[in-house]
Amino acid sequence: MEFYAGNYDIIVTGAGHAGCEAALAAARMGMKTLVVALNLDAVALMACNPSIGGTSKGHLVREVDALGGEMGINIDKTFIQIRMLNTGKGPAVHSLRAQADKKRYQAAMKLTLESQENLDLRQGEVVEIRTKGGRVCGVKLDTGEYYTCRAVIVASGVYLKSRVIIGEYSINSGPNGLFPANRLSGNLKDLGFRLMRFKTGTPARVNKRSLDFSKMIEQPGHTNIYPFSFLNKAIEREQVPCWLTYTNERTHEIIRQNLHRSPMYSGEIKGIGARYCPSIEDKVVRFSDKESHQVFIEPEGLDTNEMYVQGLSSSLPVEVQIAVYRTVPGMERVEIMRPAYAIEYDCIDSTQLKLSLESREVEGLFMAGQINGSSGYEEAAAQGIIAGINAVQYIRQEEPLILDRSDAYIGVLIDDLVTKGTPEPYRMMTSRAEYRLLLRQDNADMRLTEKAYRIGLAGKERYDRLCYKQERIQKELERLRNTIISPSDFVNQYLLGKSSSPLKSGIQMYNLLKRPEISFSDLIRLGQIGEEIEPEIQEQLEIHVKYEGYIQKQLKQVEQFKKMEKVKIPPDMDYSQVKGLKIESVQKLQKLQPENLGQASRISGVSPADISVLMVYLEKRRREKRNNEA
Amino acid sequence: MALDDTITALATPPGEGGIAVIRLSGPESVQIAKSVFVNRKKQKKDKFRSRYFYYGYILDDDQEVIDEVLLVYMQAPKTYTREDVVEIHCHGGMIPVRRILELLMKKGARLAEPGEFTKRAFLNGRIDLAQAEAVMDLISSKTDNAARASVNQMQGSLSREIKAVRDDMLDLLARIEVTVDYPEEDIESMLEDEVRSRLMSAREKCRQLLESAHQGRLIREGIKTVIIGKPNVGKSSLLNALVRENRAIVTDIPGTTRDVIEEYVNIKGVLVRILDTAGIRETKDLVEKIGVEKSRELTRDADLILLLLDSSQPLEKEDIEILQMLKDKKILILLNKSDKPAAIDEEDIRKLTGSTIIKTSMIDGTGLDEVEDYIYNMVYSGKIEPSNPLMITSNRHKEALIRAEKHLGEALETLDALMPLDMVSIDIRNVWEALGEITGESLTENLIDKIFSEFCLGK
Repeated sequence: MEFYAGNYDIIVTGAGHAGCEAALAAARMGMKTLVVALNLDAVALMACNPSIGGTSKGHLVREVDALGGEMGINIDKTFIQIRMLNTGKGPAVHSLRAQADKKRYQAAMKLTLESQENLDLRQGEVVEIRTKGGRVCGVKLDTGEYYTCRAVIVASGVYLKSRVIIGEYSINSGPNGLFPANRLSGNLKDLGFRLMRFKTGTPARVNKRSLDFSKMIEQPGHTNIYPFSFLNKAIEREQVPCWLTYTNERTHEIIRQNLHRSPMYSGEIKGIGARYCPSIEDKVVRFSDKESHQVFIEPEGLDTNEMYVQGLSSSLPVEVQIAVYRTVPGMERVEIMRPAYAIEYDCIDSTQLKLSLESREVEGLFMAGQINGSSGYEEAAAQGIIAGINAVQYIRQEEPLILDRSDAYIGVLIDDLVTKGTPEPYRMMTSRAEYRLLLRQDNADMRLTEKAYRIGLAGKERYDRLCYKQERIQKELERLRNTIISPSDFVNQYLLGKSSSPLKSGIQMYNLLKRPEISFSDLIRLGQIGEEIEPEIQEQLEIHVKYEGYIQKQLKQVEQFKKMEKVKIPPDMDYSQVKGLKIESVQKLQKLQPENLGQASRISGVSPADISVLMVYLEKRRREKRNNEA
Repeated sequence: MALDDTITALATPPGEGGIAVIRLSGPESVQIAKSVFVNRKKQKKDKFRSRYFYYGYILDDDQEVIDEVLLVYMQAPKTYTREDVVEIHCHGGMIPVRRILELLMKKGARLAEPGEFTKRAFLNGRIDLAQAEAVMDLISSKTDNAARASVNQMQGSLSREIKAVRDDMLDLLARIEVTVDYPEEDIESMLEDEVRSRLMSAREKCRQLLESAHQGRLIREGIKTVIIGKPNVGKSSLLNALVRENRAIVTDIPGTTRDVIEEYVNIKGVLVRILDTAGIRETKDLVEKIGVEKSRELTRDADLILLLLDSSQPLEKEDIEILQMLKDKKILILLNKSDKPAAIDEEDIRKLTGSTIIKTSMIDGTGLDEVEDYIYNMVYSGKIEPSNPLMITSNRHKEALIRAEKHLGEALETLDALMPLDMVSIDIRNVWEALGEITGESLTENLIDKIFSEFCLGK
């Protein structure tokens, strides 16, 4: 049974964090968009931890927001705790993290989708992506609907042929008892995709009533910090704490005794798991000399007693899980509501994608999120918004929006996935970003909003705010340069109090602020600059002045980097025709089809000499073409 | 890899000539030249006129004269590379050339990749399309040699030391970065004092290595020549004779235990690095040790093999095996002990190999000149290309060390400016990358592997 059900510009399969951003971006850019999801109660489902952000992930959320995405706005609406991590470190690594009320997060996101002009939601399973002449032309649902469209974005998360495993028990299921999608994998294979099998896992959820918080350490939120969205000012809201406790030798003993029942060790699980998301059994085996591991108890929301037990993810049998959990101080009488489980799923080899996230196999087919081998809500959202934008650009026949490694963490993420591929679920880390002093979370708007405004995603309000902010910064910088602080008893007394050397003659405020021991608030206290300056402008001024030399140094490196990125490689490049390339380099380049010289140079095994040869070849081609035209 | 930084290299063939020309090309060429050149009155020049020769000296950082030179500046775009070019004509010979190159690197020039001047000439439109293929061939063939050479070098003691510094930096980075990416794990933060002391000792190490490399103690260059043959065939005598007649340039570091002796000799301007198995103590199982396997191992990456046969003894099965094994190699056969009655027929050997055969005697010196001529001709006719092209490989190490030392200094400055450790780690990344460029490994992958193998992290 098949029937024609309608026509859309863009169809998104999946309404997780990638799917939501993709669909919203497409609809906001004026495309008639349909989202098909297995279960509309699972829109923006947070299937694992109840938090958004964290180191480097917080950067991604701010970037998604700067582009005009929804994740930042949505978590601002629904957080129940917020923290700025790494405040003791440099500005490059400050990161926001919020605890979400999961249900409210979902509901708010669903309502946003439902209210969005040009956007329709539909419950169902996409079982086939149809193509015509190597180009996407429609999708078919399990219930027989056939929709035509010009572009498809696959954001199927962990649902492809997913299997949940708990000890000796396993079932073909998506997360949280949701249906798996069993048919799309085969279709993707037929379309030319290489599938891989990845694994991830989640800890148990427990009833708050069964916990004894008096044996744990309270982890409160921070007040007075700006939230995720550049559209919002600091939000005053009552916050809910998290709790910290520790495993002990008895915990580890029980795990060791039951290792043979773990599907990871018995070989039952074949998918590849991530090193940064180990189960407690993994930690105990790999770090056997560690006497205890941290366990964070985090609320799942305000309307529930369920608590998430970070640090104790496991695929051991349920009765072992109960015994293990009950060894932890404060959890002696814990009642598990949902057991921990491991989940295996199909994903594609992400090197089959272009930097625009369009597949190289099928025109008009875009992929985003865990299907590409990444993990994490924020990584998914980041890819989602880019896939959404570029599906629109594809239909408009305009240049895709490609953020490079010096533009954004999003650029690092996508370049890593597309250029290097990933042997395990990929997590963003600040250590992966070469130019992280430039890619700060505080300046995501200055890096990205204009780009998004130009293509019609970021709205006027965002753009105006950006212009205002930049103007303010310039003005205040000028003021810092032009205002001289003269030595006076008051000033010198104050400086001595800060262990800062007293002034002998007048000094520009700019130069006083350069002193490591002097902060912007000191300038205010010295009465030389008004308190009227907004906190986010103060922050920008302080970073600008204190880190100027370092920022200049990174800008210089970026300049070199950009030169390589600018040398485009034509898509019809036949590397076997390039004399002087190593054979293995020819194979790798042929397989990965890099889009520019910089990307080619990051392919493992491609040497600087290969790049030199390519450079000469490209110049030769260019000149030949010019000669032919002349 | 950068597209338009300033590069430098020796432009004349390696070896001992009357003069050598060192070329600089790129936007900083003039500025770098100004910083090292003084006129005959030992005054710095603020300006060079294009296409004029200047007579003067190159001074090192301690204001010591390295060499008396002629310098010419050629203004872009009418130059070979269409960039600003400076050529320094100094005395031939390895010492001044190496020291000047080192100094230019210290001042910010990068050692050119093989074929890089020609590549730039092409990319900047200086040479025509027909030459493009030739440029690509040049880059790939020369680079293959250089790559092979640097792999060889990676096993050397200098490389081991560099790697030790690099590993230490990776460890330091992992320890800083893990607390950045996982601020809430119970991992001890690095103390600034510890970071400082590790950075200082790394910098000290780099300085020491540069110093010793400078003195030439660790030089690993030249045509790698291996002498093989059965015990008592005269290997040591051959080596001694070559060393006696030619001035030995560098002797191996004493006290290192190895079963091979290395000598550097200068044969008519060609630097030859001779490896001799004479260092092996004469024991009863010697024959076994110098068996076919041992020869295979020793000759694997040799540029030239000198096989000594005792012409007063009949050919044995082992001799024939060795000859067959080496038939694809550049090999020179010496029929030694020609002062004694011959027991080997030269024709028998010709049946086994097409290699040149020279009759020698270490007693009366017969054939030694012929051996030297042969080596010299092999190099200048291009039959042998040094697998460690002179001035490239060990200078690469030096360049790496010079840059690493610079970045270590910056890291320490960052620390002294009371910057947080995650800022220092940006400088440490640069140190690792400077030292890692020879092997072309990726820092991020190494770093992330290190973090996850050493720390227990995650939810």
